[in-house]
Amino acid sequence: MISALKIKQTGSRFWVDRISTTWMLAGLFFILVVPFAIFLGLLIKALPLLYDQSLWAILSGTEWSPMRGNFGFLPFIVGSVLVTVLAVCFSAPTSLMAAIYITQFAPKRFLKLVHPVIDILAGIPSVIYGVWGVLTIIPLVAGLASWFGISSTGYSILAGGIVLAVMSTPYVLNMLIEVFRSMPIGLKEASLSLGSTYWECIKHVLLRKGLSGILAAFALGVSNALGNTIAVLMVVGNRVQFPSNVFEAGYPIPALIANNYGEMMSIPLYDSALMFAALLLFVMVTFFNFASRYFIQKYEV
Amino acid sequence: MVMTETPIIRIRDLNVHAPDNHILKNIHLDIPKNKITVLLGPSGCGKTTLLKSLNRLTDLYPELKIKGNIYIDDDDILHPERDVSQIRQKMGLLSQRPYPLPMSIFKNVAYGLKLKGITKKDEVERRVQEYLKKAALWDEVKDRLHSSAEQLSIGQQQRLCLARGLAVNPEVILADEPTSALDPVSTQMIEHQFQELKEEYTIVLVTHMLRQARRLADYVVFIYYGKIIEHGPVNEVLDNPKEELTKKYVSAGV
Repeated sequence: MISALKIKQTGSRFWVDRISTTWMLAGLFFILVVPFAIFLGLLIKALPLLYDQSLWAILSGTEWSPMRGNFGFLPFIVGSVLVTVLAVCFSAPTSLMAAIYITQFAPKRFLKLVHPVIDILAGIPSVIYGVWGVLTIIPLVAGLASWFGISSTGYSILAGGIVLAVMSTPYVLNMLIEVFRSMPIGLKEASLSLGSTYWECIKHVLLRKGLSGILAAFALGVSNALGNTIAVLMVVGNRVQFPSNVFEAGYPIPALIANNYGEMMSIPLYDSALMFAALLLFVMVTFFNFASRYFIQKYEV
Repeated sequence: MVMTETPIIRIRDLNVHAPDNHILKNIHLDIPKNKITVLLGPSGCGKTTLLKSLNRLTDLYPELKIKGNIYIDDDDILHPERDVSQIRQKMGLLSQRPYPLPMSIFKNVAYGLKLKGITKKDEVERRVQEYLKKAALWDEVKDRLHSSAEQLSIGQQQRLCLARGLAVNPEVILADEPTSALDPVSTQMIEHQFQELKEEYTIVLVTHMLRQARRLADYVVFIYYGKIIEHGPVNEVLDNPKEELTKKYVSAGV
């Protein structure tokens, strides 16, 4: 029986099948190899710095003076983390509430209205957000600071956080909308028929059911914010310091690289230090992705 | 319907419209207390919509327009100012597929209690056990009450949904083809539970399976394209149907 079912594969169909399979494999292989290649490339370039100074000294150093050979990365790490945390604090609750409203309360045609707006927000080039930040957010932040009795130019990690929040919102929101839209209506019916109010149903059932998806959406927002360069660079102030409040300037890692690469003036190890910055960013994002993946799987239901 | 029992639910002039479809047409029906009333009819005839109107889950579908009155204990369910969650707690729902809530087995049953404001620990534990026993699930889950409800087999999940529904202490159980996703053994268990539960509860069961209707029903309501064609005690409707459409459906022997 079995041998009779075996179809002899010959002719052009066989070869087309073979070639297309190989082609898909090659594409996959390429995608898998690129991150490793980038990692290795950055590592090799960063090695001179790592030979010169200990990793711990670089990561915990607070002084950045390339002329004197001091490459302390802590202010940049802190700057990146602060701006990202601020951005997520603004965008996560807003996106979550918006997604719940759009999918659970608003009439269906509302979603049709929201989708193009999300697409527009996602499609605006980073530099335009930067300009908008300089023109609109900076004066606002400066005004807010003086209201608190703090003098600030407005170029600050708060401004960076706000601009980043606006930029990452379309991605986070889009993903959250999908999370809530894919919720089976039977689950809602089950909760409601037990006598829950709509809000209790959302709080106890939908949020719990969607938890892994919600975490994934927030993680996307964080990765997005960590790596964003131009818009942040334009509003964040770019001063090597530890900001003591959100109205002070900071200096995230991507801005460090973008501002200085190409103007290293043959300072020894400068080039290597910037490559190390890139490597550091790469590792931070990767590490964050693994960590969030772990939690996403943990809460998968 | 000529019946001596006092009806627990009275449906009067119920009309449900979808944008391009008149789903339920002038439904006028009494549902007797402590009996199993089967809503019988082909798929897509409006049985499920009728069932969902009974606890206003139709609110979830804003495109539906509902007119008429449904009384439970002389309360008009469809009255817009009625506290809908209180009305819904008078009815437990069993849907076509079980939808366990994303929490532990214990919490699934305790959820309704929590909504009712019952939070005392020993009281909750006692009741969870009581209702899991009523749904014939206790022995199978008593050692893993705090593991996820989604790990249960689909038949167990459906009985969990039954226990969960009973926990809010309803008067009526609304069951929408509750065995359509289940294997024969689980189906039998659910049907057996229904026979016992009708001592205390009124059961409204939607099915398109004639044999299930025969096994369970006290009363049968035959619905065809949104209209009640014929209704009455099970032996009258299924064994001596008066209407041509009912005869056809019954003789098809599904």
